[in-house]
Amino acid sequence: MPERRTFMLAMARGLGAASIGGLAWTGFLDGKKDYPTVLRPPGAVAEKDFLATCTKCGLCVAACPYEALILAKPGDERPIGTPYFHMRENPCRMCRDIPCTVACPTGALDRSLVSGADDHGSVVLDVNKTRIGLAVIDRETCIAFWGIQCDACYRTCPLIDKAVTVEYLRNERTGKHTIMAPVVHSDHCTGCGMCERACVTKKASIFVLPRELAMGESSGRYVKGWESADEERISGLPEDTTTVTPRSEKSPLDYLNAGEP
Amino acid sequence: MPAMRAYRFMLLRRSSQAAILGLFICGNLLGWQALRGTLSSSRVLDTVPLTDPFALLQIIATQHSVASDALLGGLIVILFFGLLAGRAFCSWVCPLNVVTDAAGWLRKKTVLHVSGSRFVLSRKTRYGAIGVSLVVSFATGIAAFEWISPITMLQRGIIFGMGLGWTLVLAVFLFDLFVQRDGFCGHVCPLGGFHASITRFSLIRIRHDQGKCTSCGKCLDICPEQQVLQMVGKASGAVTSGACTNCGRCIEVCDDDAMKFGIRFSPAKQGTRSAGT
Repeated sequence: MPERRTFMLAMARGLGAASIGGLAWTGFLDGKKDYPTVLRPPGAVAEKDFLATCTKCGLCVAACPYEALILAKPGDERPIGTPYFHMRENPCRMCRDIPCTVACPTGALDRSLVSGADDHGSVVLDVNKTRIGLAVIDRETCIAFWGIQCDACYRTCPLIDKAVTVEYLRNERTGKHTIMAPVVHSDHCTGCGMCERACVTKKASIFVLPRELAMGESSGRYVKGWESADEERISGLPEDTTTVTPRSEKSPLDYLNAGEP
Repeated sequence: MPAMRAYRFMLLRRSSQAAILGLFICGNLLGWQALRGTLSSSRVLDTVPLTDPFALLQIIATQHSVASDALLGGLIVILFFGLLAGRAFCSWVCPLNVVTDAAGWLRKKTVLHVSGSRFVLSRKTRYGAIGVSLVVSFATGIAAFEWISPITMLQRGIIFGMGLGWTLVLAVFLFDLFVQRDGFCGHVCPLGGFHASITRFSLIRIRHDQGKCTSCGKCLDICPEQQVLQMVGKASGAVTSGACTNCGRCIEVCDDDAMKFGIRFSPAKQGTRSAGT
């Protein structure tokens, strides 16, 4: 009997120690995994899945011919051991053979995300499908929006006239000049960061953010009536779309007059 | 060169650890093709994948699938150590082994070895750590030990830049120096525990010859996993526990030539020699 009691006690102690360790460990990791601004290599799967499947081996970093990819050190304020870009210093050069993605052994960088069909229908790498992030412009500090001529981001963009275009606006201040405003197009921007490095302002006025951060999402029921293709988009959706909330249960007259004497 | 002879496996192990680290450095920084990546995952000659199977296990615990390259790499590692080399990863490959060996040496040279606390951690802690890291991986969705492993942190640090990674390595050193002899590698490390579990049936083993043994106890004194040498002074045979790291320290310190590298299966002549004495 005492022997069994000793055994049970030892078991309980072990379980207790494991629970304490496990809880502390879980808490530590939970605080460590949320770095929303981190920019991953081409072909990276969604950040949540990336954090699970990246083994922190550094093969993508070793494969980068421009030494643009960095393996996060403790203290880098990025998830330890995972690869990221610092665009202002060393952006992605969009290699056609995408050596970083190809080097990944675990599928954290998924080459199917940066592949497309060629003219003969076979699957080939297509670096233009890269979606590291999206370039965003601060119109208040961008000197082109002041009316000063600068097209550094436009000229350096590897997808010039697709990912970045220049829009001519009337300079209302002088009344006779043009503002040559850079505009980023999300359907082509790969987030390579060449523009961020090229930007002439003290702190870059065009910079890459993860798409999760940089983009909104319109609800599916809004239709671009001037685009026939967009009408088709909603053709299959159910007609009944009434949304019921606690407020909508009452008639508008009721809730608008609620609280009136 | 008797001095060299007393450290022959130590020198070989240090050379092996340095060569592997050196090849990784040259592969990642100079573009050599021999070995690229880190201990977590690497590629030999730009073709053969190698992956830490314990890291794979943690990824699977997060309920994510892994590409076949990495799975193949894990299988190669398991087969090599599990069928052939034993827990040699810990003493012939792992760079942290140099740090903990240094702490152990310093502990012996100072009073810490004899005096100090009687705090004794269970050798089974590491198997608990395996379980906890899998549960935490499942709960958080990230490979738990890979995020705090001082082993990969040290290796990545040496190759790609240390950052604040040295703090954890220093913590392991101090733990082994002040708190528990062979504390990290012999008690806590879940990767060591994992290798001990998969190498239970590996071929290359330390063999003990009871006929030559004078029961001086030097091997037990030097061994970082003393419990594996329970047959010393009792019977001849191979060290069968997976916890033995095949470091060869017991062979070096034995003045009676009673320990040597061999294979698991008992050769006939060994049996007759011990029977004759």
